[in-house]
Amino acid sequence: MARIVVNQSLVTSPEELMKLCPFGAMEWDNEYLTINAACKMCQICVKKGPEGVFTCEIDEEAPAIDKGKWRGIAVYVDHLEGDIHPVTLELVGKAKEMAAKINHPFYCVFMGTNIKDKANLLLNYGIDEVFVYDDPELKHFRIEPYTAVMEDFINKIKPTIVLVGATSIGRSLAPRVAARFRTGLTADCTVLDVDENTDLAQIRPAFGGNIMAHIYTPNNRPQFATVRYKVFSAPEIDCEAKGKVTVCDIAKEKLASGIKVLEVRMKEKVKSIEDAEVIVVAGSAVKKAEDLEMVKQLADKLGGMVGVTRPLIEAGLADPRLQIGLSGRTVKPKLIITCGVAGAIQFVAGMDKSDYIVAINTDENAPIFNVAHYAIVGDMFEIIPKLIQQLDAKANAAATKSVC
Amino acid sequence: MEIIVCIKQVPGTSEVEVDPETGVLKREGIDSKMNPYDLYALETAMRIKEQNGAKVSVVSMGPPQASVIIEEAFMMGADEGILLSDRKFAGADVLATAYTISQGLKALGNPDIIICGKQTTDGDTAQVGPEVAEFLGIPHIANVKKVIEVKDKSITVEMDMAHTVEIAEMQYPCLITVEKDVGQPRLPSFRLKLETKGRKIPILSLKDFPDKDEKKYGLNGSPTRVLRIFSPEANTDRETWRGSSDELSQKLARKLQELKFV
Repeated sequence: MARIVVNQSLVTSPEELMKLCPFGAMEWDNEYLTINAACKMCQICVKKGPEGVFTCEIDEEAPAIDKGKWRGIAVYVDHLEGDIHPVTLELVGKAKEMAAKINHPFYCVFMGTNIKDKANLLLNYGIDEVFVYDDPELKHFRIEPYTAVMEDFINKIKPTIVLVGATSIGRSLAPRVAARFRTGLTADCTVLDVDENTDLAQIRPAFGGNIMAHIYTPNNRPQFATVRYKVFSAPEIDCEAKGKVTVCDIAKEKLASGIKVLEVRMKEKVKSIEDAEVIVVAGSAVKKAEDLEMVKQLADKLGGMVGVTRPLIEAGLADPRLQIGLSGRTVKPKLIITCGVAGAIQFVAGMDKSDYIVAINTDENAPIFNVAHYAIVGDMFEIIPKLIQQLDAKANAAATKSVC
Repeated sequence: MEIIVCIKQVPGTSEVEVDPETGVLKREGIDSKMNPYDLYALETAMRIKEQNGAKVSVVSMGPPQASVIIEEAFMMGADEGILLSDRKFAGADVLATAYTISQGLKALGNPDIIICGKQTTDGDTAQVGPEVAEFLGIPHIANVKKVIEVKDKSITVEMDMAHTVEIAEMQYPCLITVEKDVGQPRLPSFRLKLETKGRKIPILSLKDFPDKDEKKYGLNGSPTRVLRIFSPEANTDRETWRGSSDELSQKLARKLQELKFV
């Protein structure tokens, strides 16, 4: 058992010590300073506290696994009726890069019905081997058969890393498979890299705050990570497909499910914010529908879409599909203009890969300015109406010119 | 019918920063609340209870002070509630958390439906629900938008799948995670608030679980480790503009033109 031990004889100012803990996990009963169940074992008290007051005790280490038995980096192919979701290719690009670094092969695992032809297309990205499970039972995503296929694949191939797109399917499937193998899974990674010993370096915002964490899985394999669409870039097509497609069989009884899909309706095609090239974001400074309308006007002028931050969704001002951030969508437009957005990390992680970031905020110290290319210190409610006028004037001038 | 709703206490604010000098996390105001998504999970359970009759229990894992969100659930109409709390659970990652909750659920009985919120606002991972289902060996459907029908042996739900909406029927026992579309959560009732006063909330710890192996809980049972935490790097090639709103708007209009966005 690992635990934080408090050396009570060294506790001189309990109030000061309690401030060390970001999770409020210390209690003082006027005699003893104790750690309660809110402790996250972040060990900040050990590192930052006065020497010797806090120590971390670990009873026994689990025996080390043989990492050499696990080889290769696998990508789950996310698709709808054979249409491959672009996040898959973005992950293939990352898998390829990491596989080259540790000199491992990289694979795709592709399950569904009538998908063999599509599997060949994937080879153009330089994948070493695409494993295909083609069965009528896999037509719709149902959790038990899909998990069974992943289990079969992992047992057969023993990949050291499995990357899954953080789509509706991926976010349901990856945790299920990770739990089956009792291994680690890190959701919504924003940076991935691999160490020589095949440990996957996973970086993501953590503890719900303005903090990034480097997370790794030191003694379990495979290592699972999910990554959202538009976080990495898709690779170029290799001229020469050198890999192969392997069709795998799985016993029918493993594909049994307690779920019956009764109907699949295509959603009305709405342009999703992930595909917008220009986004104007309304932040928590926007408190009324008419203010949001002003932001929308600016977005329209730029041929873009409006995005919002979480407070606006919680206030019921906008469609949740327009939310940017970890609890919403990740976007990578050519231009993003944030208006009255403070810049909580859960938001920033959903947009910081955009080409041009313009931020308007009255607070010079707003964290959004840390990622902005153009940090505009000012009041959005004054700047935006004037900007709209300016843009109109320029448009009119251009129109007059072209008429002449 | 028995329904269990999994709920979590989360920080009331997401304003956490690293102190640049000491490297210590700063969390302003440690006020906490029930994870907003869990309110929708509770609402889903209450609606099933009203229409089909059911016993609704809530389970939470956290420090002793997390019992306040269980009281809150009582005020919304939950019948029973327990807290899973033990120092041995400290430092749990997704896997150890899901295992702890699944053990707590096993200790509680055999629910027909387990309902979770889609995700929490502090971790944002949306992984615990599916992992709990795996540890219980039951099917799950994530991102449920609507409960269509509740039958004796199965539930029919509508799920959100990005490009499609699917309607699926799932046998009990099963787990669903729900989206906000399921319906506006009710407010706590005054009558229930009075009844909740002084109600004792049972706490289960490791010794109450079927599996008492300490290696599977807390930091020991967590395959992932946080190597380090750090503040995001600031962008170095940044231009800061100050001035009157006239100047700033003109400057921005010119810049947008220069970058060919207009």
